[in-house]
Amino acid sequence: MTTDTLIRPSAPGGIRDTATLAGRILRHWKQRPASILLGLLFPVLMVVMFGYLFGGAMAVPDGKYMDFLIPGMLVMTMLFGLESMVVAVTTDAARGVTERLRAMPVTTTAILSGRGVADVLNAVVGLAVMVACGLVVGWTTHHGVLPTLAGLGLLLWLRFAFAWVGIYLGLLLRTPESAVAVQVLVWPIGFLSSAFVSPATMPGWLNTVATFNPLSSTATAIRDLFGNPMWNANDWASQHAIPLALAWPAALTAIFLPLAARQYRALGR
Amino acid sequence: MAYEEKDGRPAGPPAIRALGVRKRYGPTVALDGFDLSVEAGAVCGLLGPNGAGKTTAVRILATLTRPDSGEVHVDGLDARADPRAVRYRIGLVGQNASVDEVLSGRQNLVMFGRLYHLKGAAARRRADELLERFRLAEAADRPVAGYSGGMRRRLDLAASLILAPPVLFLDEPTTGLDPGARIEVWNSIRSLVGSGTTVLLTTQYLEEADQLADRIAVIDGGRVVAEGTPDELKARVGPDRVETVTRKPTLDEVFLHLTGHPAAQDKEPTR
Repeated sequence: MTTDTLIRPSAPGGIRDTATLAGRILRHWKQRPASILLGLLFPVLMVVMFGYLFGGAMAVPDGKYMDFLIPGMLVMTMLFGLESMVVAVTTDAARGVTERLRAMPVTTTAILSGRGVADVLNAVVGLAVMVACGLVVGWTTHHGVLPTLAGLGLLLWLRFAFAWVGIYLGLLLRTPESAVAVQVLVWPIGFLSSAFVSPATMPGWLNTVATFNPLSSTATAIRDLFGNPMWNANDWASQHAIPLALAWPAALTAIFLPLAARQYRALGR
Repeated sequence: MAYEEKDGRPAGPPAIRALGVRKRYGPTVALDGFDLSVEAGAVCGLLGPNGAGKTTAVRILATLTRPDSGEVHVDGLDARADPRAVRYRIGLVGQNASVDEVLSGRQNLVMFGRLYHLKGAAARRRADELLERFRLAEAADRPVAGYSGGMRRRLDLAASLILAPPVLFLDEPTTGLDPGARIEVWNSIRSLVGSGTTVLLTTQYLEEADQLADRIAVIDGGRVVAEGTPDELKARVGPDRVETVTRKPTLDEVFLHLTGHPAAQDKEPTR
């Protein structure tokens, strides 16, 4: 153990810890390219399914269904990040990695923000794949570079909010088995929005729920920014889609970021 | 638990000291006035039946759980007041190998080294040393998912020793391992003894405590009911038996005598 005396930790830095923890998740991609590729290609498969199999039966008044669907699928790609976050957080808890980190001089902030940073980077790659997929099937944006970038920014903003929801649910549910519940629940949340069809086609209260779904606000906002078909977006929420697409994720973050931090600290009870 | 002279060395303050620690979970009292003192450099076995409070005690000492009341000092630092400082001075090996399955053994050690705030080059150098020392050099660049149970536990031990902490907590370090892997882990732990590391080991396996610990604290109902060297504990039970039995009582008998519970049965054959 003669070498041990030479070990001196340097000054701790929250940003460096965040980078190390985010880097860990990015390394997973390199180690398991197949499963990551599958995750990236799943929304592409959905585009083919909904666009070509259901698309023929869809009558979008102001354009083609595929042009309506692609922004919806971009939003769904953000939502899928929530379930993969829950799986990642519960897996760390089950394997004891969370315990090890808690017994180390790493701050709660670094642990949470490491996950958040990696997830947003993951979302950037997911969006790139989906945009490429959209371009291949004939979708495009019509209002120039800046509105397009603004739309992509709104998508990442939504994903950023979902990261905290996912971390909170993961810490709350604890076991990877219960994460399956989240994987199932993602679907009704997705369908009860304007991602696949216009809420105007839905009956009564379902219409209201779908209209005020945060997914709908982002979907309608980016359709507006991209110049894609809006499909009867005449209600109040759709008229104010862009401010709502900014406000919803802000509200979710304001609620779930403190909840996630509190739940993480509660592990010490 | 007086500060005795040991091998001619003057004994310093205890490396681990718990005083009147209480912890309850709802109606369940996990620790009920837990007192423990382990001198620097000693290997203390914390022995007790399931539910006696062993794991709660270790979690509190290792800053993972906050006690309801009581004092906890680790390596001279107040663990309740400054858990972060304590975390630089402890290693913890829990009941499952707490390492990233997807990453390789080396990637794990370098990552944890960086999180202990070693500089990049130092973290890599330390990872190499530990991989060598725990005979993982050959498997260093393979994903941990492919490691055997014993290899994972050795990697876990290595990750806990990155900063060469003065105090090491081992919570049932060989639970779930086959007898061969258990002996491998025992040997790794023995190599720490003598390097001056203070070790607190919880175990249900009495043989494990007998093999590794130089002092034993028996915990029952959330408090320490007896403490001493294995021989002292055996001698305490011994006189009842020496007339007809020529062998010393085993620790199983000590355990039964002190706690009134039979020891947890080890399903695997003991040597």
